[in-house]
Amino acid sequence: MRYLPLSDTDRGEMLARIGVNHVDELFADVPKNLLLKEPVDLPRRKGELEVERILSRMSAKNVSASSVPFFVGAGAYKHHVPATVDHLIQRSEFLTSYTPYQPEIAQGTLQYLFEFQTQVAALTGMDVANASMYDGSTGTGEAVLMAHRVTRRRKAVLSGGLHPHYADVVKTLSDMASDETVTLAPDVNGTEDILSQIDDTTSCVVVQSPDVFGNVRDLKPIADKAHRHGALLIAVFTEVVSLGLVASPGSQGADIVVGEGQSIGNALNFGGPYVGLFATQSKYIRQMPGRLCGETVDADGNRGFVLTLSTREQHIRRDKATSNICTNSGLCSLAFTIHMTLLGETGLTRLARINHAHAVKLADQLATVKGAEVLNKTFFNEFTVKLSKPAAEVVERLAEKGVLAGVPVSRLLPGAGLDNLLLVASTEVNTDDDRAALVAALNEVL
Amino acid sequence: MLNRQGRPTTPQAHGVADPAAGMGDQAARLQGDANRSSGSTAGHHPTFTGNKALAQVEPLLFEIGRYDTTGVDFDEPEDFEPRLGGLERKEPIGLPGLSEPETMRHYVRLSQQNYGIDTGLFPLGSCTMKHNARLNERMARLPGFSDVHPLQPVSTVQGALELMDELGRYLITLTNMTAVALSPKAGAHGELCGMMAIKAAIEAKGEGATRNVVLVPDSAHGTNPATAALIGFKVKPVPAREDGWVHVEDVKERLGPDVAAIMLTNPNTCGLFEPQVAEIAKAIHDAGAYFYCDGANFNAIVGKAKPGDLGVDAMHINLHKTFSTPHGGGGPGSGPVVLSERLAPYAPVPFVRMKNGSFELVEHNDEAGGPAAPFGRMTAFHGQMGMYVRALSYMLSHGADGMKQASEDAVLNANYIRAGLSDLLSLPFGNKPCMHEVLFDDAWLKDTGVTTLDVAKAMIDEGYHPMTMYFPLVVHGAMLIEPTESESKSSLDLFIATLRDLAMAAKGGDKERFTGAPYHAPRRRLDETRAARSPVLKWTPPAPVAEAAE
Repeated sequence: MRYLPLSDTDRGEMLARIGVNHVDELFADVPKNLLLKEPVDLPRRKGELEVERILSRMSAKNVSASSVPFFVGAGAYKHHVPATVDHLIQRSEFLTSYTPYQPEIAQGTLQYLFEFQTQVAALTGMDVANASMYDGSTGTGEAVLMAHRVTRRRKAVLSGGLHPHYADVVKTLSDMASDETVTLAPDVNGTEDILSQIDDTTSCVVVQSPDVFGNVRDLKPIADKAHRHGALLIAVFTEVVSLGLVASPGSQGADIVVGEGQSIGNALNFGGPYVGLFATQSKYIRQMPGRLCGETVDADGNRGFVLTLSTREQHIRRDKATSNICTNSGLCSLAFTIHMTLLGETGLTRLARINHAHAVKLADQLATVKGAEVLNKTFFNEFTVKLSKPAAEVVERLAEKGVLAGVPVSRLLPGAGLDNLLLVASTEVNTDDDRAALVAALNEVL
Repeated sequence: MLNRQGRPTTPQAHGVADPAAGMGDQAARLQGDANRSSGSTAGHHPTFTGNKALAQVEPLLFEIGRYDTTGVDFDEPEDFEPRLGGLERKEPIGLPGLSEPETMRHYVRLSQQNYGIDTGLFPLGSCTMKHNARLNERMARLPGFSDVHPLQPVSTVQGALELMDELGRYLITLTNMTAVALSPKAGAHGELCGMMAIKAAIEAKGEGATRNVVLVPDSAHGTNPATAALIGFKVKPVPAREDGWVHVEDVKERLGPDVAAIMLTNPNTCGLFEPQVAEIAKAIHDAGAYFYCDGANFNAIVGKAKPGDLGVDAMHINLHKTFSTPHGGGGPGSGPVVLSERLAPYAPVPFVRMKNGSFELVEHNDEAGGPAAPFGRMTAFHGQMGMYVRALSYMLSHGADGMKQASEDAVLNANYIRAGLSDLLSLPFGNKPCMHEVLFDDAWLKDTGVTTLDVAKAMIDEGYHPMTMYFPLVVHGAMLIEPTESESKSSLDLFIATLRDLAMAAKGGDKERFTGAPYHAPRRRLDETRAARSPVLKWTPPAPVAEAAE
């Protein structure tokens, strides 16, 4: 077996040195009747060539985003990631290292985490960011739990514009922890009355902007009302590129900002691994979940970085920890940081303008399609289109024509009476030809 | 601009006057490095740059980047009317950029300050730092896996669903369980999934209000009690015995109608297989409770024993440990949970199933049908596809025979280290066979003035990543060594010889070799107290004093 360095001769010598005759003597604590005599019922080993053949065939059965006009979003976005990013994250020293518990030989990881935290804090307009969560949805669940700790209340109000998967994650966690959630009805136009839901028992209000239907939301009035009642505003985003163009949640009064960082540096990956971004104000750092990297000095007085404030974490505090998270999204946060470094402020803001411009152009073109109506007054790179037919059927028909048109709202909210709504995203990867193909295909099908 | 002000690369308290102020990025970097060269690691031939040949020091991105630089070429879009409703960003963000060659060099230099499995032996107990085959990386990047969207029509991702189904089949076969929930994002998330399934099952029986205690041995990973507490369970510890095992009578003593589950790690964190595991499972089941098994140490028994045969109801599997998906400096991981027949109905959405000859995804509770009663959703989308591909690639490569051999070699390697060190180091539970990791305590360091931490740092100087230290908590000054099956005999021989040399040095009074270590790493020992006392968690622009002076 190519991955196993020991030869049978080695094994014999080692068993002799240990003082046993057979390797199964080392498994003596396993009850005899439970120790397997035969290999399990799975195929035997394969060479690299055979494995590659099997998996390549499975891969070939899927339609990849780059191979078609592609407008699918709703929380995961197709962006161009520079080749440099994927090369660098595959450096052995990054790829095959562990959580930096031994900082003297992990300064590479720790320094990029410090850079990552600084970038995320700047983007969100907050004081501090942690070293990543699993993804935006689980980060949102953690943000709600954190708000409960801060406010010592246990009721979260979830906007009807929150991504339904995110809302489900929060509800699952809250139900299990016997916390209360109030979920507003799906809010297609971004006009819900969330303010009236906030009272003195509210721990937090969770609002996404741009929301799942694409509307850019004004967070300030919500923050003001929440703060008057001693509640926190948790601002969520699923498209981090929007922060290059839209006012930061921090500048609008958010107390916790949490979102999905996949768009920067990370591939679609059929949903994961992604990278959760989590930021808050300095006064709350001791209630934060997840790892934090901090600056310090070594015994010679040179600057260095370490994981810090770990008395919040499970390996120290056990059942009193702020979260159970251990492994996070290390390498995905590295990809984020490298891509963001390549972009810089100039590149990120330009990328955001291109995304917005492409979406505006597409919205204007779709407005000419009979049987299609763009519902949004505001949006960034994704918006909702009302079709004359059920969106799921239309998407399926368009897929047969080689166009992946977007996400039917019914896929996220079945039974909500929103079957004719389609979420359409357009990023820098879409060309004029892509847009023309979508418009032409819709004209045929509608 | 701020980043051209030549901020010293040592903290202000040490930085005093800054000769490089205003001299630009390169000078700033040299000045910072010159400070470093005065340290005792610099040797007798300090360099102008502070670099030492291949050992290069690298400032922060924020000290070398520029706000007008980008390493990505895009043309500005044509003029258009924005649709942001007046919510445009008006302030600059504060994100410096680098050109592509500068970016490459910055992160390559950072990588060179890291230790990885590819660098050397990484015997971090409980973490299973085994070889990360690059075939798996290549497979995960096939466009049909990496470049597909989680919400595109299922008719266009049949191969991706097939892969998930196949991975699930492998995990179920290896564990002899009934169902698998693939979506948890890492080990702790898998624990949460398993405990949620248990809670759902208890509530379905109408015992939600009364069964609220979870038994957790003192030797457990911190994630176990943290997970139980997260969803409202009370944690009741099961104390450790002097033989390192959990005894069925200690469990029985604590069982009652209030107990929901036990969270037991097997093989346990002392590196031992729990010989009474089947009796413990029976006692738990007889009391109407569930057996959660922490699968962090599954690598010892893959193909040798099946957790389902041991009476386990739920167990998470760390694909980033047992099935070699890279740890990546702290993640991403993947923590699928296998479930017994009793818990299978409560598996969360989404899951894959076959219908009319093609795969479908069940994404909502009410689509599950039959006896299924999913407890909800753990995460957006379908989990860590990138990790699923890597793990299946590992399993296909090894096959049933190779996985069994890997477990045997992992156990053999750990015992070989035990045999090589048992006369010099101290084994808290006696010199008996261990599983894939061997646990020493610090009794052998008594009166030497050297601690477990010092030994770890001295190992760094010898070119090794230290073992897990001070865990499990049940032994004093724990040193938990897990070599994995990826080490050759000659690698282990050198490792054993090195530890023997260190042990003899410690016992011989050569304290300085330990207490000052590491001497040869990119940094000396770091001041963690200072980091926690006044946390500096991001770079901030230097105060504008320098500008005023100009």
